[in-house]
Amino acid sequence: MNQIKLVLGNIGGTILLLVRSLKYIPTLPRQFPRFIEQCYFIGYTTLPIVTILSFFIGSVLALQSGYSMENFGAKQFIGTLVGLSMARELGPMMVSILLAGRVGSAITAELASMKVYQEVDALETMSIPPERMLVLPRLAAVLVMMPVLAIIANLCGWYGGAIVCQYTHFISVDSEAYFAALKHFMKPQDIVDGLLKAEVFGFAIVLVCCYTGLNTRGGPREIGASVTKAVVTSLILILVLDYFVTKILL
Amino acid sequence: MSSNFASTAYTAAPFIGKTFGVTVNKLSKKFGRTTVLRDISLEVKAGEIFCIMGPSGSGKSVLLKHIVGLERPTSGDVKIGEFDASDPATRDKVHLALVFQAGALFNSLSVYDNLALYPREHRLCNESGIRDRVMNALTILSLEKAVKKFPSELSGGMKKRVAIARALVMEPQLLLYDEPTSELDPVMSATIIEIIATLREQTAVTTIVVTHDRALAFSIADRLAIIMDGRICAIGTPAEVKQSKDPAITNFLNPVIDLKNPRFKQLENNHE
Repeated sequence: MNQIKLVLGNIGGTILLLVRSLKYIPTLPRQFPRFIEQCYFIGYTTLPIVTILSFFIGSVLALQSGYSMENFGAKQFIGTLVGLSMARELGPMMVSILLAGRVGSAITAELASMKVYQEVDALETMSIPPERMLVLPRLAAVLVMMPVLAIIANLCGWYGGAIVCQYTHFISVDSEAYFAALKHFMKPQDIVDGLLKAEVFGFAIVLVCCYTGLNTRGGPREIGASVTKAVVTSLILILVLDYFVTKILL
Repeated sequence: MSSNFASTAYTAAPFIGKTFGVTVNKLSKKFGRTTVLRDISLEVKAGEIFCIMGPSGSGKSVLLKHIVGLERPTSGDVKIGEFDASDPATRDKVHLALVFQAGALFNSLSVYDNLALYPREHRLCNESGIRDRVMNALTILSLEKAVKKFPSELSGGMKKRVAIARALVMEPQLLLYDEPTSELDPVMSATIIEIIATLREQTAVTTIVVTHDRALAFSIADRLAIIMDGRICAIGTPAEVKQSKDPAITNFLNPVIDLKNPRFKQLENNHE
């Protein structure tokens, strides 16, 4: 019973944090440097790992599907399979998981340490709402950076698949045929749906991590506990939201 | 250091004329089943230095958090002037500044940016006005050389002074200190005591100091209160409190070190 109360309390608290943060949208223009700083942190510093992982996910996907599809004589559709999988599911999902692990954990750790060392209390006594200064720029930045990261993940995955298809002896589908199949069966809507998913996941991750960080109680040990809690919650949330968002978009 | 203050002309914008008194009315606070404050009532007059003393864990800092509105009372209320302290809007109406025990400086910002944050966020003046204000506060506290440093590069005493300078930039009408001399050597403690007294002298700001440092409380307080176990045990001028016959207060103010019958052994026995 207490666990249910706790979960409901956390959901309520997260929604309240969102509402309070949105109240300060008019202050965003004068928080531009903070917004850019967060864009850099969320986007630029995550880019290398997104690039590498997406490339190899596309490669493995092409390798596995090539191995199986060869038996059905359907190798010419590998491009379609990799393209759709990356755009609709794997691209946004991988970017979100990386975001939770890399950016979400850092956000939680920073805000939790600010809370534990009374920096958040200091902001409140100065009549500077933490939602305005600490949460809103991060939410705005993730909304801008997630589609960018998802597009880069898609491109890297597609090219990873193309290279594997061309140079693996038992697949041997050249890039032209690969991309022709990819283009033929994919609609712009597939890409838009994927970007939409990335937006929802990214927004939810940053919100949950900000809430968890700002609600840290106790000493330095709790900072670590909050980070673990935020990352685990984010990962669960990504999968749960994935089901519902996919259902709505299909 | 004190002569340094005396020769320093404080030329920043003058404090907003009105200073505020604080009224605590039958304040009680519970955290779960633990009662931390029990029916506390006291009045701090505008412009005075009021010290709140008491042993560790007696509820002093919790009382301070209620005054700045960081905690909500379980019952009773706290008023700053005529405003309810627990209402966040009060912090827009009254310039109140709290100097935290550990400074609570923003670790990701330089000393300059720590001080400039308040005027920038509230758009009180342009960047050159902010610079004047910040440099003035740093000069008063002899911190000009630390302007580009980050909090992690400062000593404990410097952190406290930067925290006081940050409070000063806010041009407070109510200035609160939480254990301002804790973890400091005697000379730095004396310096901080001089700073607190000088600031009140120069600005007439209402000052509330939470401390268990007797030297601090008895040297600068106009009045003081002693809190024990969440209750006020004594309140009055330093002379009045010193004359108290209450054994708990006498023991707190003049603890006798008894190596044959140490206190921690008594505490152990009580717990058993």
